[in-house]
Amino acid sequence: MDAALSLAPSIRAHTIPGYNDAIVRRFTVATVLWALFGFSAGVMVAAQLAYPQLNLGAYVTFGRLRPVHTSGVVFAFGGNALIATSLYVVQRTCQIGLWGGPRLANFLFWGYQAFLVIALSGYVLGITQSREYAEPEWYADLWLAVVWLAYLAIFVGTLMRRREPHIYVANWFFLAFIITVAVLHLVNNLAMPVSLVGAKSYSAFSGVQDAMVQWWYGHNIVGFFLTAGFIGIMYYFVPKQAERPIYSYRLSIVHFWALIFLYIWAGPHHLHYTSLPDWTQTLGMAFSIMLWMPSWGGMINGIMTLSGAWGKLRTDPILRFLVVAVAFYGMATFEGPLMALKSVNSLSHYTDWTVGHVHSGALGWVAFICFGALYYMVPRLWRRPLWSHRLVEWHFWIASIAIVLYITAMWVAGIAQGLMWRAYDAFGFLQYSFADSVAMLHPYYVIRLIGGVLYLTGGVLMAVNFAMTLRQPLRQPDPARAPQAAPTPAS
Amino acid sequence: MAAPERDSLTGYHTTGHEWDGIKELNTPIPHWWVTVFLGSCLVAVLYMWLYPSFATTTGIFKGRLGWTSHGQLAEEMVQARAAQAGWRSLLTDTPLEQVEANADLRRFAIAGGRAAFNENCAPCHGVGAGGQIGQFPALVDDDWLWGGSLADIRQTVRYGIRSGHDETRQSLMPAFGEMLSAGEIDSIAAYVLTLSDPSAAASRARLPGAELYAANCAACHGAAGEGSRDMGAPRLNDAIWLYGGTRDAIRHQIANPRMGVMPAFAGKLDDDTIRMLALYVHSLGGGER
Repeated sequence: MDAALSLAPSIRAHTIPGYNDAIVRRFTVATVLWALFGFSAGVMVAAQLAYPQLNLGAYVTFGRLRPVHTSGVVFAFGGNALIATSLYVVQRTCQIGLWGGPRLANFLFWGYQAFLVIALSGYVLGITQSREYAEPEWYADLWLAVVWLAYLAIFVGTLMRRREPHIYVANWFFLAFIITVAVLHLVNNLAMPVSLVGAKSYSAFSGVQDAMVQWWYGHNIVGFFLTAGFIGIMYYFVPKQAERPIYSYRLSIVHFWALIFLYIWAGPHHLHYTSLPDWTQTLGMAFSIMLWMPSWGGMINGIMTLSGAWGKLRTDPILRFLVVAVAFYGMATFEGPLMALKSVNSLSHYTDWTVGHVHSGALGWVAFICFGALYYMVPRLWRRPLWSHRLVEWHFWIASIAIVLYITAMWVAGIAQGLMWRAYDAFGFLQYSFADSVAMLHPYYVIRLIGGVLYLTGGVLMAVNFAMTLRQPLRQPDPARAPQAAPTPAS
Repeated sequence: MAAPERDSLTGYHTTGHEWDGIKELNTPIPHWWVTVFLGSCLVAVLYMWLYPSFATTTGIFKGRLGWTSHGQLAEEMVQARAAQAGWRSLLTDTPLEQVEANADLRRFAIAGGRAAFNENCAPCHGVGAGGQIGQFPALVDDDWLWGGSLADIRQTVRYGIRSGHDETRQSLMPAFGEMLSAGEIDSIAAYVLTLSDPSAAASRARLPGAELYAANCAACHGAAGEGSRDMGAPRLNDAIWLYGGTRDAIRHQIANPRMGVMPAFAGKLDDDTIRMLALYVHSLGGGER
């Protein structure tokens, strides 16, 4: 990271006046490093599931490394990518630098990295709230709340001082993501510490209400962190890379408000056939069904933006990353409402199908749109031509094969699990023991592990490509092609 | 703000907005999208009308169908019971020892026993009842600690071993580490190892451990190490060792014995299920008449 940052002064002269691209570069470097970290943790836990003897000692058991992987990819890789892209996009679509100046932006950067290090190291030491995707304990949560409010202030402050009459659709989604995650984080983490010098705390909620609050949070981390925020990325980088206008302004308005309104209700579908009251489960399922088309609105707008530019997919691997991401988004957001149907859920729940579903969204949609955005941003942020387009091709195909291996293995494994658990013999007795279904999983877990290793390999290729790009000679800005320079803020 | 312009590739006009070079077309929302969205909303509303779906301050809207998840479970359990009713009542009416005379009833009982075993017993004894060396006995051989007849097995499943149940099978091996010297324990271990060695039949009586064994161990484990099922004292003159058959492991077991615990299943499983379990375990290879 230091090497990358040390390059910053030499390109300061070429930075568009008023834009804080130094902070975007920092977040970009952090994104790549955390990606490698999060993918590696994923490979490790996948290996432990296939070969349990790899649980080598308390600190690196599956139970502790699993949240290291999930937080590592969602909040460390995904979070840094969201902040990097949102700060890149908001400055350019508002034609003004970041509100709050470089000091607030630097606080956001170091504050967020500090949160990640505190949280992830805590998991390894056994410090956890045991709330999925909200494992950090109270002190880390409080710190994140402060950091997140700084992020909100920077983003809203920049929007309010914009030099454009309208707010671009990408920024609607980024803003919805930032605000909703703040609310989710604050409510789900309401807790009373046992003491001010100890890590342990107790949740403000108990019993089924605790479960409901947790899955209201968990579902909307998927909905607003991993969906709304990344749709924001899509709305800027797809039209930029395709050099085409957005397909439909009207659709963007309708699907934005429909998505925002409907997503927040669908959490109970994570608690079908539990002690959650029946009426709450019905409500969660009904809203999940209604959520299908609003989700697809984003996919339509992303893919149809390529109208007239389809040929670019053949030659441009960066555009292919972005568009395949949107296709995976469409697939995952069809599969989601499907799995939210109670009859389907009774088969899929607690199986690896769920894991496959999450990863078709995470590997296919979230990470691919990030890769595309990173490949777009890095040459522009550092003002150097991308080292190798061929390597991007390799990354694309290795990662695509990885996803296919991963999700097909998990589909087969998950559906087989569900069917084994409900199989009866001719006399009406259960056909299989739970242990039978565990033994059945082994080959699929190995295939999943291979998929994970390939995906990590793709990530390494990307990191190498970026490292080499930073060694490329500085590109002289081309006045004809340079973006319109923003006037320095009038203060 | 730019003026709306016509996009030559699609024929639609832009909105006139532009951000960092990005423009937007004013393409109408696709009809199929609107249709499917409204259709899915209709399905959702219909579903909410049929099923319990919201709460007010005064109560819960129960839905037109009157469905509840508890009701669905109860109904499915009634159906499952009804499907087995003939077999179950026949099993209840047939004495345990006579079940095997009816081949179909035996098949039913063993299928049920296998399912119950997988759910309740396999976590310790393993799927297929192979046991786990050093921890839980195998049930597929004829080496029984507490007896291998149908009645014995049923008794063990019902009340468990050292389970705390009033009727539990109960025994205690003293910790000889507090009574004998390390040397004495070692010589007993050496002697115990010869019990299963036919070639040592003539010579073992001369071993220093022979007298110690007779004085301390034979009361439960038998003079020739044949064991006692009344006390769950294992046979020592075969090659099957639950807690290990090395001299070291035997020494450890004499000095500070481990004794297995099995929970009582009476009250957790109904009597028919326990009978089916007994029939299943009995059928695995070691069942005794």
